[in-house]
Amino acid sequence: MNSTSLEKSETRKAWFFVAPALIWTVAFFVVPFAFMAMVSLASRVSRQIVFTWDLDNYINFFSKSYLLKGLFVSLEITLYVTLISVLLAYPLAWIIADRVPRRWQRTALILAILPFWTSYVVRSYSWLLVLSSNGVINNTLLEIGLISEPLQMASTTTATVLGFVHFFVMLLTLSIYSNLIQLSPNYKHAAADLGANSFQTFWHVILPLTLPGIMVGAFLTFVLCIGDYITPQILGGNNELVLPQIIMLQLGRRADIPTAAALSIILMAVVTLAYILCLRWLKMERT
Amino acid sequence: MRTQLSAVFSWGYFVAIYSFIFLPVAVLVLFSFQDGRLPIPPFNGVTFKWYAEVFADSKLMSALGNSLTVASLSSVVACVLGFCAAYGLARYRLPGTAFQRVLLTAPMTVSYLIIALGLLVVFNWTGVRLSLWTVGIGHVVINLPLCFAIIYASMGDHQKNIERAARDLGANNFQVMVLITAPMLMPSILAAFFLSLTFSWDEFIIAFLLSRFDVTLPVEIWSLLRSGLNPKTNAIGSLVFLISTVLLVVLELFIFRGRGKNDS
Repeated sequence: MNSTSLEKSETRKAWFFVAPALIWTVAFFVVPFAFMAMVSLASRVSRQIVFTWDLDNYINFFSKSYLLKGLFVSLEITLYVTLISVLLAYPLAWIIADRVPRRWQRTALILAILPFWTSYVVRSYSWLLVLSSNGVINNTLLEIGLISEPLQMASTTTATVLGFVHFFVMLLTLSIYSNLIQLSPNYKHAAADLGANSFQTFWHVILPLTLPGIMVGAFLTFVLCIGDYITPQILGGNNELVLPQIIMLQLGRRADIPTAAALSIILMAVVTLAYILCLRWLKMERT
Repeated sequence: MRTQLSAVFSWGYFVAIYSFIFLPVAVLVLFSFQDGRLPIPPFNGVTFKWYAEVFADSKLMSALGNSLTVASLSSVVACVLGFCAAYGLARYRLPGTAFQRVLLTAPMTVSYLIIALGLLVVFNWTGVRLSLWTVGIGHVVINLPLCFAIIYASMGDHQKNIERAARDLGANNFQVMVLITAPMLMPSILAAFFLSLTFSWDEFIIAFLLSRFDVTLPVEIWSLLRSGLNPKTNAIGSLVFLISTVLLVVLELFIFRGRGKNDS
């Protein structure tokens, strides 16, 4: 039997299997992305895209304060959300892993993710019901006489942060829980044998061992949070726009696709930077 | 005493966080029954009128149908493409396998907004009319990496031997793939399918940017939001929640729990 021709026909078969997915990814992901990068170097001249091949859109980003501010607002919100979510999720993950009986843990986790199966748009809307000036919280507070005027909670950056935290607490709880549950109880016993109290055990043993889980969850939070449009648009109002809102604004009213493309590339650069830092850190942890 | 105190504290925290998680959904569902014009306190009493309005709203109902069609078709395409690619890369030796794996999973790392914008620019440029088809294409782009990764991860060497045995017994390549490999991998294929289904079902930004006249449910709900707080929005939101919950319970009972048992 001729082995090279057999190998050739095997390779051909393999390409036959892999090619459709590759072609799809190249045609509808790589090419659009490359094209968007090209368009980001173009300009909009009276509703037409003209390829000027310059960095004007990027220069504009750094010179026009309302564009640059979008990035800072995005980063600020994302940072708050990540921090608060980690702080809220860690105790919850620990309670589920440590206090809830084993056979109920799965149920507890499923319960925790259940509310996130409403549509994403509806979830932000339902926070509006809670936070609006005649919503549940204001109504309750007025009723018991704690406040005399409704608090302005909807259409603020705080509302955006709250809406995000609501979602990411669940995500981080899952990621930290899966890390906690893998830890052998021997670590705790060993630390106790060596005379550590429960706080010392947590601080010096458990926390460092679960840092990878925290980091993975925090990274996911960062990526999903900074690229999101719905939550800030519904809950945040029009005062402090985040970068995705500004991108959508370019698309909608102004039909300025080149600027939107440049802003998207910048958004992606920020995410990539975070990814590299996260990867670096994980590698450092391991060695 | 101290352990008791810490137990009280733990359970208190547990209840507090779960209340926080469930508060908006509870308010959403409760006020979908509101007998009045606004879904805010006080609660006036129970009525099903808003649900009736949802079912009578032809735009919402057609959007619901569109969502189901786009979600199921795009998930099937993503699963078939992902399965074939996983099969090809796991069973044959090809040049540049590592690069191909990176390429296939790359869309996972890019935010939906950027994927949608890229496709929008290309569709505009090539003169492709925006429709549910273009939304479906976008949804396959975001779900294909997921399907590929899930199915590829579950392709082990022990299945290879069974496939060899089938081949020795005279099955051709196609028969091996359809009758042997696919059934063996069914749990992960189903998991990939249902995950894609829920992602596509809930996806907003791609559906928003890549559709024109026919829209999916999230986009239609989005345009409902412009009318402000409205019990009808509560009703459609509660319905979506109900559908998703049923789907999740079915998944849990029949697929994931079953798989857990097989593993142990």
